[in-house]
Amino acid sequence: MALTEAQPEEARVTTTQLSGAEIVIQALIDEGVEYVFGYPGGAVLHIYDALFKRGSLKHILVRHEQAAAHAADGYARATGKCGVCLVTSGPGATNAVTGIATAYMDSVPMVILTGQVPTPVIGSDAFQEVDTVGITRPCVKHNFLVKDVKDLAITIRKAFYIATTGRPGPVVVDIPKDVTDPGIKVPYSYPREIKMRSYSPVEKGHHGQIKRAVDLMLEAKRPVFYTGGGVVLGEGSAQLTELVRATGFPITSTLMGLGAYPMTDPQFLGMLGMHGTYEANMAMHETDVLIAVGARFDDRVTGKIEHFCPHARIVHVDVDPSSIAKNVKVDIPIVGQVASVLADMLRLYQERKPKSSEPPVADWWAKIDQWRGLDCLKYDGSGSAIKPQFAVETLYKVTNGELYLASDVGQHQMFAAQFYPFDKPRRWINSGGLGTMGYGLPAAIGAQLAYPDAQVACITGDASILMCIQELATCQQYQLPIKVLLLNNGYMGMVRQWQELFYESRYSHSYVDALPDFVKLSESFGHVGMRIERPADLEDAMREAFAMKDRFVFMDVIVDPTENVYPMIAAGKGHHEMHLSPSLTDRELA
Amino acid sequence: MRHIIAVLLENEAGALSRVAGLFSARGYNIESLTVAPTDDPTLSRMTLVTTGNDEIVEQIKKQLNKLIDTVKLLDLSEGPHIEREMMMVKVRAERDDREELKRLADIFRAKIIDVTDTSYVVELTGASKKLDAFIDAVPEGLIIEVVRSGPTGIARGEKGLSL
Repeated sequence: MALTEAQPEEARVTTTQLSGAEIVIQALIDEGVEYVFGYPGGAVLHIYDALFKRGSLKHILVRHEQAAAHAADGYARATGKCGVCLVTSGPGATNAVTGIATAYMDSVPMVILTGQVPTPVIGSDAFQEVDTVGITRPCVKHNFLVKDVKDLAITIRKAFYIATTGRPGPVVVDIPKDVTDPGIKVPYSYPREIKMRSYSPVEKGHHGQIKRAVDLMLEAKRPVFYTGGGVVLGEGSAQLTELVRATGFPITSTLMGLGAYPMTDPQFLGMLGMHGTYEANMAMHETDVLIAVGARFDDRVTGKIEHFCPHARIVHVDVDPSSIAKNVKVDIPIVGQVASVLADMLRLYQERKPKSSEPPVADWWAKIDQWRGLDCLKYDGSGSAIKPQFAVETLYKVTNGELYLASDVGQHQMFAAQFYPFDKPRRWINSGGLGTMGYGLPAAIGAQLAYPDAQVACITGDASILMCIQELATCQQYQLPIKVLLLNNGYMGMVRQWQELFYESRYSHSYVDALPDFVKLSESFGHVGMRIERPADLEDAMREAFAMKDRFVFMDVIVDPTENVYPMIAAGKGHHEMHLSPSLTDRELA
Repeated sequence: MRHIIAVLLENEAGALSRVAGLFSARGYNIESLTVAPTDDPTLSRMTLVTTGNDEIVEQIKKQLNKLIDTVKLLDLSEGPHIEREMMMVKVRAERDDREELKRLADIFRAKIIDVTDTSYVVELTGASKKLDAFIDAVPEGLIIEVVRSGPTGIARGEKGLSL
């Protein structure tokens, strides 16, 4: 083993003899794991037996392995702790892959334990055999195949260490069945500290670079903070808020970063990017100093790279060096933990800030306020149909903005990002990078288990919800009082929107025919179902739903089937080339 | 631009496929890749040759460094270094060609390491360009088979790529 193991005095001194299966359970307990999301099967039967005998580790039985990964992911995003799932070999592992890839794209710390066929038959196309390490390699931070029970404890420790440090991510530990043989016992010890010569994530940012960044901020005329999911993942929300307030600069956020800075604060310009606000995108286009923190210049954010921030010098803070200058050249790269770098920036900025009573960058704010005056999210709510925007606004009103809100993928996700301003990090739980339909409900399960007394909801669409609908059973089994808000337009709304705008309204297979009766469906799983069709009924119905503190309530809200998400930057366009809502201006801005 | 990059990797199962997978997944060019264990049996040393503009090569190095199995990485192209590649060429060697090929091998300081009535196997070590030149110099139609190791390299001077 090519690693420096813990110092002897730090290691847990024990002579306990455990089987591989018992080691898995004991290691998870020693790791402080609260929940394991899983589904049993042949290759993990020894582990499930050890789980049964041990009794003290809480296991949540999902109804599909994809949901095990999503639920562990939702738990991790809501808490910041490592999510854990346990699935069997072959189809168990392949079903989990979508969930693993989802976590990978959004850098969510997760450990996925997969069963594998016994080592002597690996490679023989045995029953339920698949090359799990091979299949998952491109969508994990790292993975392991444990071939010797003596390596099991240290490998699990390494998996947690890698998953939760640096830029977090999912780590798969593939465990052949013979490695968990209850008849073979080995001495067990679980190292608390671990060092790996090939892996040492950075902590602090380079002082000289931070100083250069602050210099740039001090001379900026039109600065913007552009922040992403890294601020949430790196627990840098407090430091970010303090720095942004100290500078008085405007701030915009990616979909993944929403809530890291209070969205109801006047300095917040709204989300940027493809469905970002007019003011955020215009500010990006005009800025002279861009301070990017924990964001990765994704194509949904930058639009056409050639048109991205044409006037800006760019500071980029990220814990992952490979994120820096990947898509966009930057002037001042800073590799480090965002919380630490932001704290250093704030200290330097405070020291050197000019003592002036002038409000900072007042001219810039005047311009931004003009853009804001357009009120780009305005929609026409006069008709008899419920507008999806109105449904989200009502959700915000009814829940006082305090939800843990898990989302599926599509129009409802964008409407939620636009109309449900989060003031705290880790409240907005959605698949941003991979865009996984079916993510919302299982992710809400993870969040609700993490915070049993909190209000947890899942916002979804009629197409997305059917992709993991089987989890209604899990919610019933564990009596999870999640509230589902289905914005039901009878379409794959985002697909329909693109077909309307870019394919001359040829709605190829985006119509969801033969939808179930969601009320009856929910009731058949033992839940409360509600169908809401009129704008006037919406608020009362939602209040009624959220008043049922101990029940899972499914709200099937019938919304205007042809509403689109605006503003919109078409793929390949720049920030200044937004389409605005036709009800607003019916013009394209250039 | 062509870069030759040396990487020390944990000698673990799958380390090579992580590197190969990285190049294919991200669409990077890979001209050659060689790997073998080092004097420290827990470490493998890989030499890979890639091409790309500065941004791409920078990103390749970052992505390689990001692999958990990567212990150390050095872009040999950034400084003075020595490159060697080994090649074996099987040639048809009959009648007058036998003498001609022997002379050619001498000129290139190659060795003939297998002889039959009708063929030679020629072994040649050197920079990749020298190997190319040898192939070009062999009269047309005589080459039966070429096998090349891909370049390996080491930096000049006393500084070494080690732990």
